[in-house]
Amino acid sequence: MRPQSRLAPRILIGLAVIATLLMIVVPLVYIFAAAFAQGWRVYAQNILDPLTLHAIWLTVLVALIVVPVNIAFGVAAAWAIARFRFPGRSLLMTAIEIPFSISPIIAGICYLLLYGRQGYLGPWLEAHDIQILFALPGIVLVTLFVTSPFVAREVLPLMQAQGSEQEQAAVTLGASGWQIFRRVTLPNIRWALLYGAVLCTARAVGEFGGVSVVSGSIRGQTNTLPLHVELLFNDLNITGAFAAASTLTLIAVVTLLLKSVLEGRAR
Amino acid sequence: MSAAAPIRTKRVLPGFTLSLGTTLLYMTVIVLIPVLALILKGAEIGPARFWAIVSSPRALAAFRLTITAALIATAINAVYGLLMAWVLTRYDFSGKRILDALMDVPFALPTAVAGLSLTALFSANGWFGQVLAPLGISIPYTLLGVAIAMSFTSIPFVVRTVQPVLEDLDPAYEQAARTLGASEFTIFRRVVFPQILPAYLAGCTIALARSLGEFGAIVFIAGNLPLKTEIAALLAFIRLEEYDYQGAAAIALVLLFFALILLLVSNRLQAWALRYKER
Amino acid sequence: MKHGLIRAAAFAIGIGSAFPALAQDKILNVSYDIGREVYEALNPLFVAQWKDQTGRDLTIDQSHGGSSKQARAILEGLPADVVTFNQEIDVDMLAKGGMLPEDWRTKLPNNASPYYSLPSFLVRKGNPKNIRDWSDLAREDVAPVFPNPKTSGNGRYTYLAAYAYGLEKNGGDAAKAQELVKGIFANVPVFDTGGRASTQTFAERDIGDVLVTFEAETGAIAKQYADKGFERVTPSLSLFSAFPAAVVTANADKKGTAEVSNAYLEWLYSPEAQEVIAQNFYRVNDPEVTARHAAEFPEVKLVTVDEVFGGWDAVSKDHFAEGGILDQVFVNR
Repeated sequence: MRPQSRLAPRILIGLAVIATLLMIVVPLVYIFAAAFAQGWRVYAQNILDPLTLHAIWLTVLVALIVVPVNIAFGVAAAWAIARFRFPGRSLLMTAIEIPFSISPIIAGICYLLLYGRQGYLGPWLEAHDIQILFALPGIVLVTLFVTSPFVAREVLPLMQAQGSEQEQAAVTLGASGWQIFRRVTLPNIRWALLYGAVLCTARAVGEFGGVSVVSGSIRGQTNTLPLHVELLFNDLNITGAFAAASTLTLIAVVTLLLKSVLEGRAR
Repeated sequence: MSAAAPIRTKRVLPGFTLSLGTTLLYMTVIVLIPVLALILKGAEIGPARFWAIVSSPRALAAFRLTITAALIATAINAVYGLLMAWVLTRYDFSGKRILDALMDVPFALPTAVAGLSLTALFSANGWFGQVLAPLGISIPYTLLGVAIAMSFTSIPFVVRTVQPVLEDLDPAYEQAARTLGASEFTIFRRVVFPQILPAYLAGCTIALARSLGEFGAIVFIAGNLPLKTEIAALLAFIRLEEYDYQGAAAIALVLLFFALILLLVSNRLQAWALRYKER
Repeated sequence: MKHGLIRAAAFAIGIGSAFPALAQDKILNVSYDIGREVYEALNPLFVAQWKDQTGRDLTIDQSHGGSSKQARAILEGLPADVVTFNQEIDVDMLAKGGMLPEDWRTKLPNNASPYYSLPSFLVRKGNPKNIRDWSDLAREDVAPVFPNPKTSGNGRYTYLAAYAYGLEKNGGDAAKAQELVKGIFANVPVFDTGGRASTQTFAERDIGDVLVTFEAETGAIAKQYADKGFERVTPSLSLFSAFPAAVVTANADKKGTAEVSNAYLEWLYSPEAQEVIAQNFYRVNDPEVTARHAAEFPEVKLVTVDEVFGGWDAVSKDHFAEGGILDQVFVNR
């Protein structure tokens, strides 16, 4: 049995490396290869195009709104679920996961049916001259929906595993709620919180399906970076599409680097 | 909310009303009301019309394609994910950390970007397409193309649910089996696999749910041929574009139903996995 | 790439002004999928002229997509000031939704269509399959590519043009016309949702023998992919494809942009604009401009929807309604 057990790991590692190269590394590398297919100058020109710059800015803006909100939500949900028992608790836990398993397209359709001119709230919104869809609020709302579970998912299991002894001790010592959170809870969960925030950011930046239903793709206005990739692709500017895609890929790679640093810290 | 009153000793900690209130309010506004709007719209359709929409040849073909492709994608990831989880937890080799970090790429990479790249790679003059074309294999605009896009975007799910369980496994059982002369494969089959099974199934279920709902990566590669390579999410999108709100809502509701079922199944499996671990 | 550079620069000038929020006038032109290039070229000219005339800065935002999808988005609240579509029924849809007056066709010359085009062919270098006319598309060895008529105005014109050809060749026999169209649809390997996606399929992914799309698109693509040697083929008969323009009065009145919106659409009929439009391979009504570009636009017998099908209402009812003729040739095969 001995020789086999020495051979097996090599075969398995080899298989794993080859499969990963084909399935993940090549598609990743290809994005940059295609983006630089016509050289640095064309690449720079594609990135510095005002519409691409606007798409980058809009995408960053959406993430800047969405991520803090979902951090607040994630922490609140984790605190309520991990620290208290109440009826409907497990139902709430499942409900939080809903956006995770639903197709983003369906999220978009839901928002359209609610806020569209022909939707349930449409007439009221129009009477009050409030523009939700095809504008920043619509994009932000759909992105909030899609990314809402990410922070909660990371923080909740950790808070459950850690238990509440430290916090209860703090209560006995007369600490206020905010003090307990800042001095006891936050230091314990900060890496998980950051990790969740990083994942949430990646997803917010890359959201495509849901946003494509509610954005209206107005150039230089409601066109997020992933939508801009599709738009450039349809403009027959393939190199431009890959150039825009490469900025998104870069964000993804930075996200992953941050994540592995955070994981290292967490251990 | 009088429920916040410290009736039970569990509630010595402050912030119950605030945190639960925030959570419920947020969930209601962001998730529940929009989903309710969809269900309400579905209820307006009426059962006969609803059935006519979802059982039309085109819708049936779309559901069949989506489910078949998602199953193929999940099968690919079941094999690949298990392999990766095993290799990443059991062996030490140079570049392991990079390999580990790469597992999260499909999660961080926007799906539209993944779709764009995969489509270009597999097109007749792309890097992969050039190799496959002489063999008579064409990936874009086929079921296989849809399945490949789905498997890419759901890669992390199996790996990341199985990995921690494998890491926590008590090595004593394996040692015992090894002393008794069992082969490595037998040990895996008889000792390791049953222990990771609940987590493995849960991971596969999430991967399946994700594949059923995937859109961004697929629209680039699928070709959107009605009855052949049109996925259900895209059909819902097309129905919207045709002003057919009832059609869009009905198809979306079916997808929502699938997603909720799979979510419940995976939650059950995870609870089972937890019990397994505690035993 | 030089052409692309110039275009990018013109585009940058036109849209760059989207950044300062101080712009006094701002309109949104919601347009069809393949209209990007022509409006990229047109908008800076009108912006300059508006500045000369009124001293006010103007920003024109563009949104492009399948024209039916765009109409739906406007009905759902996309704040369009003007629409420039490639399909009259999509403007009618807006009229029915109360976004603009029912008699929008009377607001501008030529039935509110500043330019027009027709479904035409683009074939591969040397026309290896010898594709000359609609009947060739139904041949078993020919794979035509065009967008989904259910989502794309472009695809609908293609469907109707083929049908009109079938009627003409068979002395008005509807069954035979249907047979022809069915034969063509059975050969299509990919139905994309918009005209531009079909162009991608044909030009970038080398799928299909012939791309059926507006003549304007075949001209632009032949130019852009000059190295691939695509050849333009004009069928013997095709369908007059109006490109209607209208002010979305419900939005423009509310936003106070009616004046500039009207001026913008009227300007599209000026010789200056018509020249740019013709350079982008659309046919125009201005006789001088037409004479200058005569070589670009071969003779073709053009029929209209009114002549052949009895108007768009009848077309919607007979052909595009659920279970209509389109569904019969499209799905049941």
